[in-house]
This record gives sequence, structure tokens and C-alpha cells, in this order.
Amino acid sequence: MAFAAFGSSAAPVEQAPRKRSWIAFVLLAPGLAYLALFFLAPFVSLIITSLSTPVEFGDVGQYQPAFKLENYATVVEQYWPHFLRAFGYALAATFFALVISYPLAYFIGVKARKWPLLQALMLTLVIAPFFISFLLRTLAWKQLMSDDTPLVHALKALSILPQDGHLTGTAFSVIFGLTYNFIPFMTLPIYATLERLDTRYLEAGSDLYASPATTFWKVTVPLSMPGVVSGTLLTFIPASGDFINASASFLGSAQTQMVGNAIEANFLSLLNYPAAAAMSVILMAIILLIVGTYVKRSGTEDLL
Amino acid sequence: MPSGGFAEAGADLELVGINKRFPGFTAIEDLDLTIPAGSFFALLGPSGCGKTTTLRLVAGLEQPTAGRILIGGKDVTTVKSFKRPVNTVFQSYALFPHMTVLENVAFGLRRRKIGDPVGKAHEALRLVELDHLATRKPQQLSGGQQQRVALARAIVNRPALLLLDEPLGALDLKLRRQMQLELKSIQSEVGLTFLHVTHDQEEAMTMADTVAVMNKGEIEQMGAPEELYELPKTAFVANFLGQSNLFVGKVTSSAGSTIIVDIAGVKVEVPQSRAQRHTGDVTIGVRPEKLMLQTTAPAPTPGVNVLGPGRITDVSFSGVSTQYQLAVPGIGLVTIFAQNMVFGPVVNVGAEAWVSWSVDHGFGLLDEPEAAPRFASDTDTAAIAAQTRHELLAEIEES
Repeated sequence: MAFAAFGSSAAPVEQAPRKRSWIAFVLLAPGLAYLALFFLAPFVSLIITSLSTPVEFGDVGQYQPAFKLENYATVVEQYWPHFLRAFGYALAATFFALVISYPLAYFIGVKARKWPLLQALMLTLVIAPFFISFLLRTLAWKQLMSDDTPLVHALKALSILPQDGHLTGTAFSVIFGLTYNFIPFMTLPIYATLERLDTRYLEAGSDLYASPATTFWKVTVPLSMPGVVSGTLLTFIPASGDFINASASFLGSAQTQMVGNAIEANFLSLLNYPAAAAMSVILMAIILLIVGTYVKRSGTEDLL
Repeated sequence: MPSGGFAEAGADLELVGINKRFPGFTAIEDLDLTIPAGSFFALLGPSGCGKTTTLRLVAGLEQPTAGRILIGGKDVTTVKSFKRPVNTVFQSYALFPHMTVLENVAFGLRRRKIGDPVGKAHEALRLVELDHLATRKPQQLSGGQQQRVALARAIVNRPALLLLDEPLGALDLKLRRQMQLELKSIQSEVGLTFLHVTHDQEEAMTMADTVAVMNKGEIEQMGAPEELYELPKTAFVANFLGQSNLFVGKVTSSAGSTIIVDIAGVKVEVPQSRAQRHTGDVTIGVRPEKLMLQTTAPAPTPGVNVLGPGRITDVSFSGVSTQYQLAVPGIGLVTIFAQNMVFGPVVNVGAEAWVSWSVDHGFGLLDEPEAAPRFASDTDTAAIAAQTRHELLAEIEES
């Protein structure tokens, strides 16, 4: 009797998860296969390349598998300024994009609620730049900021820029370009959380003696943290690997090269695949470390 | 000022000539209201009567179009909400989801830089018996628990005036009864002024010292619950607070201490002191539980009104009492509540019956008889709303 009772009650409990996990696996399979084919395999190949060594008496660009850890030491020694610039510029661009995007997203998501048409129009304007290739847009900025343009003349006339100064090819123009290009990626996730913000919380804050500024910092900002975290990640990660804005043909110069430019040069011009691969692995590891710490520190797990 | 610390006691609230217009409609019209310090005041009315708007005006979440708001004698009309010595328990609770229960309760204390916010927050949570859940997030609590946290978050600040916006609406009946008693005891314990907005007449009557019945942006009648119930001045109050039997007739004599009203040929007496109008066409009423159902024609007795004979059209048994509907020719349906002193109903459908009531129990209403439609005896908010809609439609058709 007692055993029968146990058996009947235990069986469904045991069976249910097994069945569910099998269905879950079937549903996950295409995704897993995709990841294996297009992420895991290239990644393994990248690591193997990063450790390989030139073929003795071979052509330029011929490498054979090895376990040459010095590749990593060499690239760090040679390209550490590129790494520093990459993360410095990406950090600055993320900061400026956040400072510009948050008020914009707040206005569209909270203040413009009363006028849905205005809201839709402003959202379209935020997305509008995507209709044109970002290469073209970055080139357009180069044209606007090059020497002998009205902008540069005006800045020189106002003594903001020294007479022999340039706008393009400086850290300023690279950070400017990165900020400009990533503003939509910052604005949209923040807008998405602010648009759902329940203004009754703001009324409750006001009722509990919090001034509008305090309510903003204590209630609005914490509640919009999921959007801020995704926005900063969507900006910081691609920005630190970017090689367009900092390239000399766009807004940068030899003095503003980021790690992305170094990887590009090693892969395409110098044909030094191990060096390029080693830099890619290091870049990826540092980003993972930074992002992991950031997400953990921001404490948005239960809000995400 | 809120930065001055805890309020020593409740403050009185005074609304002077308040008007609130929204684009397209007027929510409140010429509202004058004084709530004495330390009282439990209920603003009762159907949805859309302007009671929540009144509360939001007092809290400073809305600005009046005209009029002044005084709290403790000080004009706060232009004072921003975060500077008013007022706290609100919101209908939606509006607990901050990113903070623990404890931090929610301590929020107001921290903003005012009051010493030992955590200790005081724990104390307030103990008052609502939720201290053991202080580290939880609001969304991990049940509706009733969230409601009590919202209450603790408001009363921990010891505001001079506590505003309650239908705070018990989301609770089930049993919890609601329990919270009503708790609220009442907290109010008498801390001595604050409570302004409670509700559409639940039973809640308003059991909890409040003073009830104001609000309709269409105006206060219809204000007073102690028993006073409002026993002597309603308008048909709206008579039907919103409990049920009433209303009759329309012409005053034939107002000599002596009573007025005599001719209702379809039957003479009914109402004490002059309980009648708002003494001449012309008037509406009078009597509560269903004040009526005596009789199966034989009662002998005319001074001081007793009699209607009948009529036919019983409906009998519904509800445990404590039985509700009878009596159709009296020329007058209409009369509702009677009779206590179940014996087993089951005493008369059946179709039986001939009379009703009588003591003259002292009748009341005369202020409304013009044509303006005071006789509601069906089971009038509730929905019926009143339907009636209003009907009137509005008629008005639109006319113009």
C-alpha cells in the first residue's frame, strides 16, 4: 500500500522534467548547431592561428600549427597603446553617448507620452541614420570636419582651435565619430525601459518628500538601469573593436589607431595572422572581463 | 514644513472654493470642505464623482483651477507635493520595485533626514505585522501584504494628514474587514487626520467619524455615518448609502410637528424636523428595515403610517433577514427587510399584505420631485450611473 502510494506520486515528478528537457534540447538544437558552426569552430581556429609559427623557408603568410605563446607577449609589447586607445576611446564614447541619449530617451519615452505622434516621429528620427550606410555617414563627418571647411575656419576664428590645428585625425574626432555612430544603440534600449516607466512611482516619490531631482536619481534611474546596462554594452563592446572611425581614411590618423586597426592591418596588409589572432583573443578576453564585472556590479539581475 | 520632523498631531484640512477643470469636463465644482484635526474622514461616492481628484489636489499631485487648500491653517495651494506634510496610500500602492520593503518604508524618512530611519522603518513594519518580511522585494508579497507596506510607508512619516485612496480595493472581503479594523486602531493610536476616499459605503460607515457623500464634483451631504443613514437629505444619499423606499406626493398640511403628504391618495406623515421641504410636491422616504410587514389590515394608529394593501411579488431569503417586495397599487414597489425571527419567510409570493412604519422613521428629501427619480429599490452605483447616462442622452437629444 505505502509503496504503491510512493510509486505513483514519485513517477510523474520524475518523468515530467525528463520529457521537458528533451523537447528543450530539440528546440535548442538549431541554435546550438549554429553556435558550434559559426562561433565555436572559428574561435578554435582563431586560437590555433594565434599560437602558430611561420613555416621555415616558406612564403610570407604561410604558418604552421605550434604552441608559440610568445605571439601574445609580442603583440602586447608592440600594440599596448592600441589596446589602451581602444578601451579609452570606447569608454569616452560610451560616456558621451549615455549623456546625450538618456535625456533624449527620457523625453521620447516619458515626456512625449501625451503626444504619440511626436513620440513616433522622434523615434523615427533616432533610427533614421540607419537608412544610410554608416561608412557614408562617417565620411560625411570627415568632410564636415576636414581642414579648410567653414566649421574649422569658424573654430579657428574663435580661437577654440589653434591656427595649425586639425579636427580630423585627432582623438576628438574619433571619439566624436564613435559617439555619433552608437547613439541609436544607446537610445533605443533606454527608451524601451523608460517608455514602460510607471509614473505613479514618481508621484509616490514626490509624495514621500523627494524633490524631482531626488526622485530622478532614486527612482527613475534605478528603474531604467536595465536599459542603461544594455545600451552601454551595445555601445562599448562594438566601439572597442571598431576600426572604421579610427582609420586614417575616415576620422582618425596614425596617432589614433585602435586595436581594431592593428588587427585589420596585420590580417590584411602584413599577413601576420598569428599576431592578428592573438590580438583578437586578448580583445575578446578583456571585453568579457569588463562586461562580466560591470553586469555583476550594476546589480540589475532582478530587473532585467 | 516637512523637514521640521514628525507632526505632533493631525492637522485640519480646509478646502475653500476648489474648482478643478480638465479639458472637456469639470471634475470638481466649488468644493468647500473642512476636516477637523484628528478625525477619520471618508469621502464617499461613485466612480467619477471627483473624490480621487480631490485627494490628488490635497496631495499636490494636481493643481486646482481655482480655490485654496489649507493644511493646519497654512495655505499650501502653491506648495509642491514633496513639501506638503501629507502622505498618501495609493490605490496601486506604488511600492518601489527596486527597493526592499524596508527601504521602501525608510524612503520618506531618509529624504527628510530623520535620525535612525532603519529603526523607525522596522517599528512601522512591526505595527503592520510585516517586520519579518523587511528584506523582501515588494513583488514577492501578496496584495494584502503590499497594502500594509504601503500603509507603513505612509504612516512612518507621521504626516499631519494621511490620504487613503481606496487602499482596500484589491483585498478580499475577510482581509478587508481585518485591515479596516487595523486602520481604525492605527488612526486612534497615532492621532493623525485620515482622509479616506472610497466607493464602498459599508467601509466608509464602519471606519469614518465623518462621511461626506460626493456626487458629480459636489458634496451632497456630510455628517456622522448614523446621521447620514438615518436622515439622508437627498435621493442620491438615500440610495447610495443603503437602500430607501422613496415616494412622491403633495404636502396637504404642515400644521403641528409633522407634514402630511398625499401619496396616491394615502396620507403619510413625516416629522417636520426630518423633512427638508414643507410645501408643494415633495419626495419622502423610509428605510426598508424600518417597515413592518403585516398580513392583516392594521388599525389606524396615531404616529404610524400605513400603506396597502398590496401583493408580495418577491421574497428573497438572505439568512439574517428576508427581503420582501410589495407591489402597492398606485404607489409601486416597496422593499421591506424583515428579521428572521421565525424559521423562513412569514408570507409567500402573491399574498396580500400591508406595511406600516413609525412616523418618526420617515424623512423628507431636498430634491425637486421631478429631479429625484425614483430608483428601483435595488439601486446601486451601476443603476445610478445608468440613470445618469439616460438623462445625458435625453439632454443630447433635446439639443
